[in-house]
Amino acid sequence: MSAFLSIEGVGMRFGGLQALSDVSFTVEKGAVVGLIGPNGSGKTTLMNVISGVLKPTSGRVMFANRAIGSVPTYQVCKLGIGRTFQIVKPFTGLTVRENVAVGAMYGRTGNGRTTRAAFERAQELCEVVHLAHVADRPASDLTIPDRKRLEVAKALALDPDVLLLDEVMAGLNASEVDAALDLLRSLTARGVTLIVVEHLMKAIMSVSTTIVVLAEGKKIAEGAPHEVVSSHAVVEAYLGSRFAARQAQLAEMKREAEEALRVEPHGDRP
Amino acid sequence: MIATAVDALVVEHLDAGYGDTQVLWDVSLTLAPGEIVALIGSNGAGKSTLLGAISGQVSVSGGCVRFGERDLTGAPTDQIVSAGLLQVPQGRRLFGSLTVEENLRMGAFLRRDREVESDLQEILQMLPRLRERYDFLAGRLSGGEQQQVAIARALMARPKTILIDEMSLGLAPVLVDQLLEILKIIHARGVAILMVEQDVQTALEFSQRAYVLETGRITLQGPSAELLDDPNVKRAYLGI
Repeated sequence: MSAFLSIEGVGMRFGGLQALSDVSFTVEKGAVVGLIGPNGSGKTTLMNVISGVLKPTSGRVMFANRAIGSVPTYQVCKLGIGRTFQIVKPFTGLTVRENVAVGAMYGRTGNGRTTRAAFERAQELCEVVHLAHVADRPASDLTIPDRKRLEVAKALALDPDVLLLDEVMAGLNASEVDAALDLLRSLTARGVTLIVVEHLMKAIMSVSTTIVVLAEGKKIAEGAPHEVVSSHAVVEAYLGSRFAARQAQLAEMKREAEEALRVEPHGDRP
Repeated sequence: MIATAVDALVVEHLDAGYGDTQVLWDVSLTLAPGEIVALIGSNGAGKSTLLGAISGQVSVSGGCVRFGERDLTGAPTDQIVSAGLLQVPQGRRLFGSLTVEENLRMGAFLRRDREVESDLQEILQMLPRLRERYDFLAGRLSGGEQQQVAIARALMARPKTILIDEMSLGLAPVLVDQLLEILKIIHARGVAILMVEQDVQTALEFSQRAYVLETGRITLQGPSAELLDDPNVKRAYLGI
């Protein structure tokens, strides 16, 4: 059986800059994939490739037996991939509810919906992301954290199977982050597969089933959260090569000390 | 050239950010006269924002920044510079179409004393490479040379304290070592240094104390030598 979503040798070049090189991984249905990496490592570029905004210069992204790069973005959305943008893009002249209704009306399941049903769906989603109290306000009035919530609601209105979230927690306070994490968990409970880019490491580590680490456009690690944080390459990318070397040295010393302790009691035995 | 620093930098319960987005939450930090303190933390933790808030480049919504007896919270940057608090910004931000000499003189823009010339000579003595490049356009210099100009430009303002942001970014290790030697000389002359540094080992080896910023909050602080062995430093960067 082929993977639910597969990123296959994706490369992306902008002029002289190789933003992504040969990135491959697969995403299981229902997974939460955390995409992390230092600034400029290619996270947003990869999100753009997966959502069809950018056509990769090499490799491909396969979803529902289609190569994403070969279909226009509105088709990608209709295939079931929704996304938010790090730089939020609301229709500023429309109200919050109208913004969400656009997705409910023209998105994946929109064709079968009446305008009224679309607005009802929009209202539901405003409640899900805690924007019901400002649903009648123009989107341009919203604070940045609320605009981030609107991004999520707009994307959810497309009824996606896969939702790409790009930095939706930036600027939220601690309790808002907890609420956002609850929202993500409720989405996965409903069967939505998530690919999440987030600077808040505690948050992304707690919610992800798999972490993919990019550095300078290359995948340097992939695995469960506790696996990737013990990867030498990851420590090196985040804290510098000298710190990583020292950590490795300390770990080795600790291991040797533990080994010595294990051997010692042996000699005391009669 | 450099006056003996007598003013401590004290940041208390600082909140700051951009527009609706709060980046720093309740940040407190001190830098004693003549001290070297490192500020470390992952991308997006708020390190540059904190330096910007201290320098009057980022708006402060709560808490205060004091320097010696003076309250500099929300003060315009020129007053902060006049008080002796200088920033060496990330990416160096030189005047690329001006010469090295002109860049250095711009550092003394606010000074009205008569010792600018002698300070300039002293700095050129300390940084002979800049004498060799004196008439070159700053934009044409190598990265390491540009960073020297940025530091020298700050020195031309007679700082008591310098805030230096990501000095090592994009530079070869040998050049970073040269710049650290320069910082040692500056420090030996009594200037306090608050350094933001991506290379954690360099930062912790060079500084006396350090603060770890994690998503806008100070989550760890202490003597740098202790933080070098503290597993919580890695946790602050990687979440677990």
